[in-house]
Amino acid sequence: MIKLLDPTSEGQAAARDALPRPKSLVDKRVALLDISKPRGDVFLDRVQQHLQSLGVDTRRYEKPTFARVAPVDLKQEIVSECDLVIEALAD
Amino acid sequence: MAATTRQANAIIPEGYSGFIAVVKRDCATCRLIENVLADMAGELDLQVYSQDDPGFPPGVDEVNDDGELEFSYRHDIEIVPTLMRMNAGQEIERLAGWQRDDWRRLTALSALGEDLPVFSPGCGSKSVDPGMPEKLAFKFGDSPLQARRIEVASQQDEHELVFERGWSDGLPVVPPTEARVLRMLAGTTRSPSELVGVIPPDNAPCTVEKVAINAVMAGCKPEYLPVVLAAVEAACRDEFCMHGVLATTYFSAPILIVNGPIRDRIGMNWSHNVLGQGNRANATIGRALQLVIRNVGGGRPGGVDRATLGQPGKIGFCFAEREQDSYWESLAVERGFAAHESTVTLFAGGGVHPIGDQASRSPESLTRSLALSLRTVHHAKAYNGADALLIISPEHMRVFRDAGWSKARFRSELEKHTTVAGHTVIRGADDIAVGMPEGLADKRLRKFRPGGLLIVHAGGGAGMWSAVITGWAANGPKGSVPVTVAIQT
Repeated sequence: MIKLLDPTSEGQAAARDALPRPKSLVDKRVALLDISKPRGDVFLDRVQQHLQSLGVDTRRYEKPTFARVAPVDLKQEIVSECDLVIEALAD
Repeated sequence: MAATTRQANAIIPEGYSGFIAVVKRDCATCRLIENVLADMAGELDLQVYSQDDPGFPPGVDEVNDDGELEFSYRHDIEIVPTLMRMNAGQEIERLAGWQRDDWRRLTALSALGEDLPVFSPGCGSKSVDPGMPEKLAFKFGDSPLQARRIEVASQQDEHELVFERGWSDGLPVVPPTEARVLRMLAGTTRSPSELVGVIPPDNAPCTVEKVAINAVMAGCKPEYLPVVLAAVEAACRDEFCMHGVLATTYFSAPILIVNGPIRDRIGMNWSHNVLGQGNRANATIGRALQLVIRNVGGGRPGGVDRATLGQPGKIGFCFAEREQDSYWESLAVERGFAAHESTVTLFAGGGVHPIGDQASRSPESLTRSLALSLRTVHHAKAYNGADALLIISPEHMRVFRDAGWSKARFRSELEKHTTVAGHTVIRGADDIAVGMPEGLADKRLRKFRPGGLLIVHAGGGAGMWSAVITGWAANGPKGSVPVTVAIQT
């Protein structure tokens, strides 16, 4: 019988369910993450205005470059300071 | 006299003192000395191991059947006949082939082989037939391989299994059997379990063994493995930003440029059709890196690979610089390596764009001509400090050589001709919306990022064609920077 060697990492991604959608934004703080793509700030400015008019607390964050994954520090900062994230993903 | 046989005993009996002969009927020298062996068996304590016929040699009562080659493998038999003298289980001396005087001395039988020639060379042991050492290592050795084994059912086609499991880039691959992977690993002195890097996008640790498996699949020969290992290392460097190179909607793929003596040693192409098909090393080394990213890193089109169009070089893109008759220092030397070092440089690039100029005979004209095409990299109105790979053909190189232009001079002139007045490329100029911000209208704008233009000499001797390969739009410290790594041979 032919046996082949597995060329993959043999890893299996942990299955994670998405968190339940929040029923309301009351007492929640929303992170607004700009990934440094052009005009991401324009989009997030509008979102922020809208959320603020609803009385929702927001905080702005920015990735150093869109070309790389977010630094661990930034992810931890967002997790420790906010309840939700809205990301301006593309230009 | 009919020989009787018993199972090959891979381990010499404990404390054995006497002689061991390893033979095969298929060897003319073994047949020549069959009476010698019969004489020895009558006089001495002799164990004969026969690789292909337990009835051979006919004059010996008991022949050990080494048809499975376990004895030969475990005792590193390379030539038959081999005669070993043992004392208390230890090998004292070994002779290969027939040399009458040596056999007489070793056996202390002074009339041995009286009617035979004084010398007859032996034949190759079956245990060292092509491909056999790896098979035997797999069968009898302690396999150093850790990868999970996937059994192919008898009704199953192994090539189809590879496709079904998603291990292929869309083309057939060489099924990675244990024997093939062991053979591949002979191309490096590095341990199979050594970590080469952490492969994006899954950030999966990748060992030498996993690289070897994918190199087998890509069609590499073992001697290419050091280049593949260096390429994987380069791709894992943070500054190369492989995750982004893969994830972008842009066309980019790691393009491998090989410099130094290894180009010759493994038979790479730097001449005719250098960027095309037909050379095994060029075709498979780049493919091996892509398969590592796909299989170990988990990077697949439509998954983390979000390329809008992609390009054929994403199957694999690797070539060598034409160094021997170049007038300029090579890419690797320019990047700080010695000419005698072998290196691989990774450049995150798109497809090949030809630049034809069959009229320029002065370096001034040719530089302006090349600059004109280079100014279209990304877009003719993009002046953000791009990266590009310029491949100068021998006939274009001749123009610079005849005029005595160094690479440095060419670079400096090229920069002059790829720097433009801002107002010609701002948004709205030429009634085209895309362009540079209006605020730059009064500035002089440089096309390329300092250090972002790589220049390589390659191609066949005839044809006034050069080529440009556009770098990934996200270049420099915030994106991808070309990386050169020395190849450990």
